[in-house]
Amino acid sequence: MEDLTLKIEHLCSGFFTERGYVPAVDDVSLEIPKGKVIGIVGESGCGKSMIARSIMGILKYPGKITKGSIKLDGRELVGLEESELRSIRGKDVSMIFQEPMTSLNPVVQVGKQVREALLLHENIDKEAAKDEVLKIFEQVGISEPLKRYRSYPHELSGGLRQRVMIAMAMICKPKLLIADEPTTALDVTIEAQILQLMRQLTRQTGMSVLMISHNLGVIAELCDEVYVMYAGKIVEQADVYELFDNCAHPYTKGLMGSIIDLDTKPERLPAIGGVVPNLLHLPKGCAFAPRCKYATERCRAERPELYDLGSGHLCRCFEKEGK
Amino acid sequence: MEQRVLLEAKNLVQEFPAKNRKKVHAVSNVDLTIYAGETLALVGESGCGKSTLGRTLMNLIPPVSGTITFEGVEITKLSKKEFAPYRKQMQLIFQDPYASLDPRMTVRDIIAEPLEIHKVYPDKESTTQKVKELLQQVGVPEEFIYRYPHQFSGGQRQRIGIARAIALNPKLIICDEPVSALDVSVQSQVLNLMKDLQKEFGLTYLFISHDLSVVKFMADRVAVMFLGKLCEIADTDSLYAKPLHPYTRFLLDAIPKADPRNRGRNKQLLQGEIPSPIDVPGGCRFHTRCPFATDRCKSEEPKMRQVEGHMVACHFAEDLAK
Ligand SMILES: Nc1ncnc2c1ncn2[C@@H]1O[C@H](COP(=O)(O)OP(=O)(O)OP(=O)(O)O)[C@@H](O)[C@H]1O
Ligand SMILES: Nc1ncnc2c1ncn2[C@@H]1O[C@H](COP(=O)(O)OP(=O)(O)OP(=O)(O)O)[C@@H](O)[C@H]1O
Ligand code: SF4
Ligand SMILES: [Mg+2]
Ligand SMILES: [Mg+2]
Repeated sequence: MEDLTLKIEHLCSGFFTERGYVPAVDDVSLEIPKGKVIGIVGESGCGKSMIARSIMGILKYPGKITKGSIKLDGRELVGLEESELRSIRGKDVSMIFQEPMTSLNPVVQVGKQVREALLLHENIDKEAAKDEVLKIFEQVGISEPLKRYRSYPHELSGGLRQRVMIAMAMICKPKLLIADEPTTALDVTIEAQILQLMRQLTRQTGMSVLMISHNLGVIAELCDEVYVMYAGKIVEQADVYELFDNCAHPYTKGLMGSIIDLDTKPERLPAIGGVVPNLLHLPKGCAFAPRCKYATERCRAERPELYDLGSGHLCRCFEKEGK
Repeated sequence: MEQRVLLEAKNLVQEFPAKNRKKVHAVSNVDLTIYAGETLALVGESGCGKSTLGRTLMNLIPPVSGTITFEGVEITKLSKKEFAPYRKQMQLIFQDPYASLDPRMTVRDIIAEPLEIHKVYPDKESTTQKVKELLQQVGVPEEFIYRYPHQFSGGQRQRIGIARAIALNPKLIICDEPVSALDVSVQSQVLNLMKDLQKEFGLTYLFISHDLSVVKFMADRVAVMFLGKLCEIADTDSLYAKPLHPYTRFLLDAIPKADPRNRGRNKQLLQGEIPSPIDVPGGCRFHTRCPFATDRCKSEEPKMRQVEGHMVACHFAEDLAK
């Protein structure tokens, strides 16, 4: 059996609102082997960040995990006390966000913030900690580490801030790094730098990564295995090559189709019609049925399972049942 | 394509005050021609001045210096009153369909507003009739006419923004990142719609975007902007096939390709950060990031000139073309 860093089984988490329960994550199972980069791709609001927040134990009221298990290196995280979670967060699992500004303290020098993260979890003195910070700054490609150590967040560009976040996330050598849209707010030339950095770091450190993105290009650049999410559910799961060569779910096909090819010039773009469903009013059958051009009566009435297409390729579509 | 000039900007400069009596050099000496019926894309990284240039071209913020000519008339010289009829000819579509529609207004009132301001129809009924027609043209069901913006998805809201922009039959529409806030699966719908409307009404678009894939699909010509200056202008196909400015090259190379077999391969990455528009580098503004930069680039600013059918501002464009 593969050595797993993270194993999520039948996770359900959502929001208890006045208008009803919002099932943001619905029966999601996911495995992250040691040293692998696993991707989650899907549109805005489909529940990607909610998976990340469930793992980190940072669900905000009225959000809650209602079912399922999340095991980190075999240890169950669901149901842990906040104090126990705090000792895991930043040490065994850490996270980088889309907008680094929101997770940095604007009035503290960035070097000190990274040092704090280290002092919180490791028993070392301040001087040694500072050396570690300078070392990791260098490793994540921050030029003039000493000067940057004393910078305040607003003095740094978006790309540098994201490097600081990566440094902070990695300083305790976590087993799992969760990257939630780490390059979405960045310019393409800076995005390319950060993706290259993440590729190097995963290779060098052997840590596991959960990469969340709505951009299939970013997923293709980094991931070993991909989970496609739609309206709170995993609708397809496959090895990255298999997914890009033989995607099976109509939604994934639609996503792949809407990638604009730079070598051709079509008159029109293939588009998925309709709108992203409201999680409060999900259709009775397959959540994608209202937008799916292959939908049948059965699709509108029943919910499909994840069917196994062989060699780890799973797809939630009746059309693939028993194939 | 018909090559009638719709709008021409010469030596356009736009600045904003910054701290310590410095200035943000948002747009510096830009020359740009927009032809009737075309889609001209304006691409570049965050903060390079795309939105400012777009707004300046519409005379929404009068330029610090330089001239703008619209259909042969120098609009930068006109008084507010004289400019009014031209205002109608140029409309703006915004990036954020959430922020750009007034949440307290119904869709009818949002789209009718420009029609009513310019008193296009004699009465309420005929205005409402026109709004229904516009909704149908942008693919929003007519029965939604009395709904409020929050009752629509992002893509639908952007359609409503488009309906409002085309209500007065403008000649030029400046689209400022019109699909950047939308999901990929919804982006394509809106882009297709914009193309259809362009054909139907003979619209001219200035299409502002940082997404080079979207630009490839939409544009006839592309203008690439870096730190307040244009560095290359060319026909879309030619620009993508053979970029002549080093910055254009890196920009194209940086796009993440949806092909896991090619990950990281042949990728030339641009090093360093984007310089500040307050302290712009002397000489070529790109020289601090450019791997080809020489001493000449540090001191002498390259002029825009024609090389192999492109307009390009780099001292070494000919060598790079080889
Ligand atoms: N406080 C809340 N109350 C009710 N529903 C919420 C709340 N916060 C989030 N949601 C809903 O939960 C769902 C999942 O949100 P999540 O942030 O995981 O989406 P996401 O896939 O990360 O999207 P994005 O790409 O926009 O970041 C969304 O549909 C959202 O509307
Ligand atoms: N009203 C203003 N006052 C001061 N500075 C401004 C103002 N508007 C824009 N700027 C500055 O001018 C420069 C160009 O901004 P602009 O919004 O035109 O860039 P952009 O290319 O549209 O960027 P983005 O892709 O982020 O929208 C930026 O440095 C910006 O901070
Ligand atoms: S002029 Fe020099 S610095 Fe500017 S792009 Fe050309 S080679 Fe690079
Ligand atoms: Mg998210
Ligand atoms: Mg802008």
